[in-house]
Amino acid sequence: MTKIKLRDIVHGRSGDKGDAANIGIIAYDEKGYTIIEKYLTAEKVKKHFEGICHGKVERFEMPNIRALNFLLHNTLGGGGTVSLKHDAQGKTLAAALLRMEIEIE
Amino acid sequence: MKDKIRIASGQGFWGDLVDAPYHQVTKGDIDYLVMDYLAEVTMSIMQKQKSRNPNLGYAIDLIDLMKKILPITAKKGIKIITNGGGVNPIACADAILEVAMKLDIGKLDVAVVLGDDIKDCLDEIIQKGCDLNNMETGEPIANVKGKLLSANVYFGALPIVEALKRGADIVITGRTTDTGLTLAPMIFEFGWKNTDYNLLAAGTVAGHILECGAQSTGGNFLGDWQSIENFAEIGFPIAEAFPNGEVVITKHKNTGGKVSFETIAEQLVYEIGDPKEYITPDCVADFTTIKLEEIGKDKVKVYNVKGKPETEFYKVSCSYHDGYSATGTLTYSWPHALTKAKAADKILRKRLENLGLKFDEIRSEFVGYNSTHENLATELDEDKINEILLRFSVRAKDRNTVNRFGQEIAPLILTGPPSVTGFAGGRPKPKDVIAYWPALIRKTMVVPKVKILELK
Repeated sequence: MTKIKLRDIVHGRSGDKGDAANIGIIAYDEKGYTIIEKYLTAEKVKKHFEGICHGKVERFEMPNIRALNFLLHNTLGGGGTVSLKHDAQGKTLAAALLRMEIEIE
Repeated sequence: MKDKIRIASGQGFWGDLVDAPYHQVTKGDIDYLVMDYLAEVTMSIMQKQKSRNPNLGYAIDLIDLMKKILPITAKKGIKIITNGGGVNPIACADAILEVAMKLDIGKLDVAVVLGDDIKDCLDEIIQKGCDLNNMETGEPIANVKGKLLSANVYFGALPIVEALKRGADIVITGRTTDTGLTLAPMIFEFGWKNTDYNLLAAGTVAGHILECGAQSTGGNFLGDWQSIENFAEIGFPIAEAFPNGEVVITKHKNTGGKVSFETIAEQLVYEIGDPKEYITPDCVADFTTIKLEEIGKDKVKVYNVKGKPETEFYKVSCSYHDGYSATGTLTYSWPHALTKAKAADKILRKRLENLGLKFDEIRSEFVGYNSTHENLATELDEDKINEILLRFSVRAKDRNTVNRFGQEIAPLILTGPPSVTGFAGGRPKPKDVIAYWPALIRKTMVVPKVKILELK
């Protein structure tokens, strides 16, 4: 088992879709994509954002640009215009996901 | 038919760099300038402005901008497409024509796209069998109908194409998809048919890359952002489009920023859902088919895009009034800045409780500690924290309740933990909470109208 800091192998961007946040994560190379495709599951992302994401997490694959897109439902405190959150649009959530470390075989 | 057109993005949102469109029309050659001004909340603000003054309700910044760029775009033959018409495209076009007249621009055709504003015919639409239920929650529109501030259909590229066919130099629309602004000139110039789904998808993808301005040219780039040069003079994106649907994303020479696989990839994933189903009024684009290739410095080719037929629906965006909110802030300094801010938060909550005030939500955040990453924030060594900003917000249906909260912030300076500052600008005032209601409407129920206003 090896521990990998997600921030070493991916970058990304996040934003809002109503009360859901979207986090797009892009691997710097094909090897990185193989790793996130296998280990960065929707369940892991849901657990990472425990207490922040109150709904389900959906994962979509975009191997053409080495990316995974995550939709985190019920996350932004009611959505961009209603939310009291300082980061009401989830702009910093991609960076928050980069805090994750993953164990690979 | 032209073998290539250059479409430049001039604004990523209302409030973006004011001079970006000027740089786009002066720093190099372009054929089209496209500008997105509308966010969901913008329409309700514009409706409010229009209700106070029937000559307002559009992106007023456009007028000063036109004074600056019209002489240049008219001379160079650059066409301008924008959704800055908001809820009053005709008033916007009239104001632009007045500018053109004063500047003695000569012949100028300004087209307006109308018909997206359905606020005044909602009953008729509902009677005809379109329920306008909330497409995310399924709630019936009856729940909010009395509180609606705006209701607009998202049109796509086609009304703009019609305006261009009728000779428009400037196209002013109301609620149009951001992607439609960029797709329209491609359809018009290259004669794409409305069944050329792959081509329509290619233009839609280009539109998605352009719609947030410099976010595709190095702005807000989470990769190696420190390698981005000259943010101060960042160049906004330009799509060089070809008849076969290939697009090269670039920017003017001698501008800051960067166009690379990484900067484009970050924008591609921005605010998308299922990448196989990127739905617009014009087509359904499949983002998993997009190929990117760096073909030179600040040049990325976007190709191989596949698309499917459009759906039978337009999206409708409604906004409604949903109570009031207010936010107050106070800054606590070393030593024990976080402990002080947390103590102040507790005191404030207790005082609000003693007052018997009922809120829908109370939220406190500690800026400098956890206001962005919440419980993912790492614990800090208190002795090393220089300062913490307490950000305290409330939301309630009743305006007086929110207003009463506003009176409780400043007193904390004299009645709570020490070394606190940063209370300037008076009491936090209740601000309208505008909520958003997304729905679908059959395309057959609304007809976009194009009108040309001429200056001879």
